[in-house]
Amino acid sequence: MKSVIKEWGWPLAVFLTVIVGWGMACQLLKIPPYILPGPLAVLHAVVERRENLWFAFQVTAIEAAGGYILSIVAGIIIALFFAQSPLIRRSLYPYTILLQTVPIVAIAPLILMWFGSGTRSVMLVAFIICLFPIIANTTQGLISVPRNLVDLFTMSNASRIQMLLDLRLPHAVPSLFIGLRISGGISVIGAITGELFASSNAVGQGGLGYSITYANSQLQTDYLFALVLTASVLGFLFFFVVVFLEWLLLRKWHEAAMKPQLE
Amino acid sequence: MTQTPGIQLSASGSAVIPPTTVPFIKLRDVSKRWPSGSTVLSHIELDVAKGDFISLIGPSGCGKSTLLRLISGLSPLTSGGIQVDGMTPENAREIMSFIFQDATLLPWRTVTRNVELGLELHRGSTRNSRRAKATELLNLVGLSAVADHYPRQLSGGMKMRVSIARALASRPSILLMDEPFGALDEMTRDFLNEEVLRLREADRFTTFFVTHSVAEAVFLSTRVLILKANPGQIHREITVPFPHPRTSAIRSAPEFLSLVGEVSAALRTVKLNP
Repeated sequence: MKSVIKEWGWPLAVFLTVIVGWGMACQLLKIPPYILPGPLAVLHAVVERRENLWFAFQVTAIEAAGGYILSIVAGIIIALFFAQSPLIRRSLYPYTILLQTVPIVAIAPLILMWFGSGTRSVMLVAFIICLFPIIANTTQGLISVPRNLVDLFTMSNASRIQMLLDLRLPHAVPSLFIGLRISGGISVIGAITGELFASSNAVGQGGLGYSITYANSQLQTDYLFALVLTASVLGFLFFFVVVFLEWLLLRKWHEAAMKPQLE
Repeated sequence: MTQTPGIQLSASGSAVIPPTTVPFIKLRDVSKRWPSGSTVLSHIELDVAKGDFISLIGPSGCGKSTLLRLISGLSPLTSGGIQVDGMTPENAREIMSFIFQDATLLPWRTVTRNVELGLELHRGSTRNSRRAKATELLNLVGLSAVADHYPRQLSGGMKMRVSIARALASRPSILLMDEPFGALDEMTRDFLNEEVLRLREADRFTTFFVTHSVAEAVFLSTRVLILKANPGQIHREITVPFPHPRTSAIRSAPEFLSLVGEVSAALRTVKLNP
């Protein structure tokens, strides 16, 4: 019990201070609610529009998860290819860095223009933004197997396939999870960015990104806050699912996985 | 202990082998250069009989670990020839096991599954036979209690014993050990030395053993090879005449201590006059 207070007491205190400070600032400075609604107004918006929020949450969750899962599959396949030879890595790695450096905000409108403004395009934006961390970390894990372990397998006349399945892949799992943690959070950012440029058929009906543009144009700032809050919850959810899976898979043998650390 | 320690100077080691038998492991004019051009090993001649326990000792850079990698076929020769039971090193891997400086256990496998690894990679064995073999070997090294543990739960000495059990699982005729106990404390090291001798009584494997510890070399070996560096060459061979099985009591015998002194002196010459 004491440790629970120790662990959660301070973050909770910070949370309360910020909320109270925010509320008092709104009151004392007489800030109009369309500029900055108070915490109670935001809470009110959350309760009142919970159905809209839930719908937007689901749409964005599916888009983000779709892009994320695709990036995991593609990222692992590309990493396996990269692990085959230093020559392949040298020739292709610079281009994968492009994935990381190209501003996704600039690419998103192009993708929507090419592939139409639907779920598919939004997934693609999330996919692109998620891909690089998976490729980079998994490749690193696959190629950083200690030499003695490789020699051990060589001494047993292990085939290339055995070397991959029984040594390189399991050795790369902790690194893969580093990539998964990073990409899990940004997949939501990718999906929302994609939605900012996508339109929806029904007014007010769409993912979080779409709803944010809508709320902004209508000066429904309290709803906007509620949407941002929902987006953060979604990002957290992704992150915790990954951390939980990591704990489930690695807790028995991997030092770092024993205690989930929130960096 | 009636014999006095015999000291034998021999260039080829052929004195130890009866002339009629073909040596089990044969090194002829073996040299190894790095791609950079520096010579690691130069003109090594060595004959090893079945059951020999050979320690390689010498200053760092004398190529003792490299010699092990050449015999195991993990590293190619620059010139000369190595025959292991009439085969090239690469083809003889089936009858060899390598024990590395660190325990090299797969952290995602339990102790039992680590011991099974070699058998699994060779294929052609059933799950049950592998499990039986692993259980037997874990019994042999006294680790049955931790069979289902993961490596991170074990001490350094226990990890090394798992590594030894894994190496023995394929019933090798040759054991190549590259400074396996270097990172362990002295008590654990002494204990494992006795363990190795005990296991050797059962399996009669021929052993190459790289070490920095003179006492360890003398305690374990039938022959101690002192190597010099730049380039790596066999400086001197000292035969250890004590009969097997040996017990820890031998460590305090005067003959043992004088032989340790002998090897230490030879090692000092090598280090002082490169």
